[in-house]
Amino acid sequence: MVEALPPGLILVLGALIIPLLPKGADGRDTLGKTLMLVLPILGFVQVLLLPDGYTLTATAFGLDLEVVRVDRLAKVWGYIFHIAALLSAIYALHVDDRLQHVTAVMYAGSAIGAVFAGDLITLFVYWEGTAITSVFLIWARRTNRAYRVGMRYLVIQVASGVLLLTGTVLWVQGPGEGSVLFEQGAFAFDALGDASPAVLVILGAFGIKAAFPLLHNWMQDAYPESTPTGTVWLSAFTTKLAIYALARGYGGTDILIPIGATMTAFPIFYAVIVNDLRKVLAYSLNNQLGFMIVGVGIGTDMALNGAAAHAFSHILYKGLLFMSMGAVMHRVGHTRASDLGGLWKSMPKTTFFCIIGAMSISAFPLFSGFISKSLILTAAAEEHYTITFLVLLFASAGVLDHSGIKVPFFAFFAHDSGKRVEEAPTNMLVAMAGAAALCVGLGCFPGPLYDILPFQVDFHPYTTTHVVTQLQLLLASTCAFVFLNKVGIYPHEIPSLNVDFDWTYRRGLPLLVGWIRRVGGGAWAGLTGSAVASIRRGIDRLGDHAGPAGRLGEPWPTGATAFWAAVLLAAYLLQQFL
Amino acid sequence: MSDHHEPPGHRIPEGEEPRWLDRAENVEKLIRALFVVTALTMVADFGYHKHGHYGFEEFPGFHAFYGFGSFVFLVLVAIQLRKVVMRPEEFYGDGEGDGHG
Repeated sequence: MVEALPPGLILVLGALIIPLLPKGADGRDTLGKTLMLVLPILGFVQVLLLPDGYTLTATAFGLDLEVVRVDRLAKVWGYIFHIAALLSAIYALHVDDRLQHVTAVMYAGSAIGAVFAGDLITLFVYWEGTAITSVFLIWARRTNRAYRVGMRYLVIQVASGVLLLTGTVLWVQGPGEGSVLFEQGAFAFDALGDASPAVLVILGAFGIKAAFPLLHNWMQDAYPESTPTGTVWLSAFTTKLAIYALARGYGGTDILIPIGATMTAFPIFYAVIVNDLRKVLAYSLNNQLGFMIVGVGIGTDMALNGAAAHAFSHILYKGLLFMSMGAVMHRVGHTRASDLGGLWKSMPKTTFFCIIGAMSISAFPLFSGFISKSLILTAAAEEHYTITFLVLLFASAGVLDHSGIKVPFFAFFAHDSGKRVEEAPTNMLVAMAGAAALCVGLGCFPGPLYDILPFQVDFHPYTTTHVVTQLQLLLASTCAFVFLNKVGIYPHEIPSLNVDFDWTYRRGLPLLVGWIRRVGGGAWAGLTGSAVASIRRGIDRLGDHAGPAGRLGEPWPTGATAFWAAVLLAAYLLQQFL
Repeated sequence: MSDHHEPPGHRIPEGEEPRWLDRAENVEKLIRALFVVTALTMVADFGYHKHGHYGFEEFPGFHAFYGFGSFVFLVLVAIQLRKVVMRPEEFYGDGEGDGHG
């Protein structure tokens, strides 16, 4: 019974019912919103009941597909994606926009379907499903700017899908030997030189969605541009689906370690200077993905557990932080740090929940980040990746700056902006309370999370050494923040934007194309012009001889014609005798 | 500066009493408490046997020094980065700048 429907489809198909439901006499969408809450709960129960090892197979295009594959790795993501969908749905309850609700639930369903997909074709279908449904959460702002951002987002997301399909074709015809099954560690490789083109193309597909360095800007571009509720949905699924796909296919691929380490360190410099706090969170999200990718790259049982656990707790605290900034956006109308401050007086509950999210992402003891990130750091140290370990430690101090301090400090404290607004709507507060409770609950009692991780690992985060050293790192970094503020070095928030790698395709590429058209256009015109001229000259020359005035164009006298005919006949006769 | 009761830049609406946290001397108290707690965590290193993964972690207060140094380095580099990458909000000419509602 419970196996009859592939996981994810409850949400995808259920969401399609929402537009058919009648609205109440007062225009309230009680039925639609109730369904939006019920679907993730039903889906969660389904994942709970599905036995490990269960598969649902099918045949299409002459290929054996595994439409559903249930195992411990998929289930971790299955659980957290449903929890995220439920919290995001509660958070969005005050919104009367069925387009957003339907596409958001379908988006969550696609991501869930993808993690339970046992083959690359099924994965591809859900993969593109997440792209096509999620773009509506950006377009839902219904501004010109959001439309353009959405188009950029869609192009990049679909490109990731196209790469996945290309890679799948190469895989089937090459190393996959006719099978499209997405086996554990199937694509892992030791050195770039040994990797087949299929494996590299698929890594590119996953890398786009996982926001690898230089492939990352779609996220900082699109996430802050979505609606206050849309960003909360977006923050949970796309990138963590990519982390799942990497953990499934590329566990132990060494090159992911430097890639992940770069991701932890590189975006945090931007996070210090960006003014839009939702964009700060997007850079911060990028940094957190880096920790998970390092875990995947190390690839030991503990490291993969760390990647899974960190994805789990990250979805909760990052969602919570985006929720708190969404509440600010909802009440104040923007999230520009330069024009915020002092909001703790009018939004005390939002402030409180934001601080819990900030302490969780900073990995303070008793908060969820502490019990998940430490798995990755410990795995890095145990495998003697010393430089990576130090980079991750540096990035941990960086997380404290942008997400731990900057976001709550500039929004709710700093200089009182004089703004007095209402507290966030009740449904937003309930969603934030739920996420915050899970952040603290996981931090204090990590056992249930450790129990559902893919591998059996004996790990105790609460050792004296770990607690004391982590407190040292975080508190001393906070002292550094105070110190830099006191001496007036800490950068002020300035209304501005910062160009990132997106400059290359938003400005650089159009400039290059323009230049090519100007310079190349001239050269092309010259080239084609001279070709046409020489053809013309040839025709003119022919005309000189064969034209009416030319030697060949002259009328021939009859005698001459008879003479030449006789010559020809004589030549023919001669040839016959020889 | 120290004789100011409110940190500069505060815009508290007319008729609203400043709150506890608005007073500079109270912020100072919090900061002092932070320094004390940080110092305590560093002193604590002498009171137990540290099980670091690396030898350098055994150095008393290593994580505190590393965290402080990392943070200062991060901010100093970010300030330089800003000189290179900061543009006006309307740089891309696609409507309002970042973070608008």
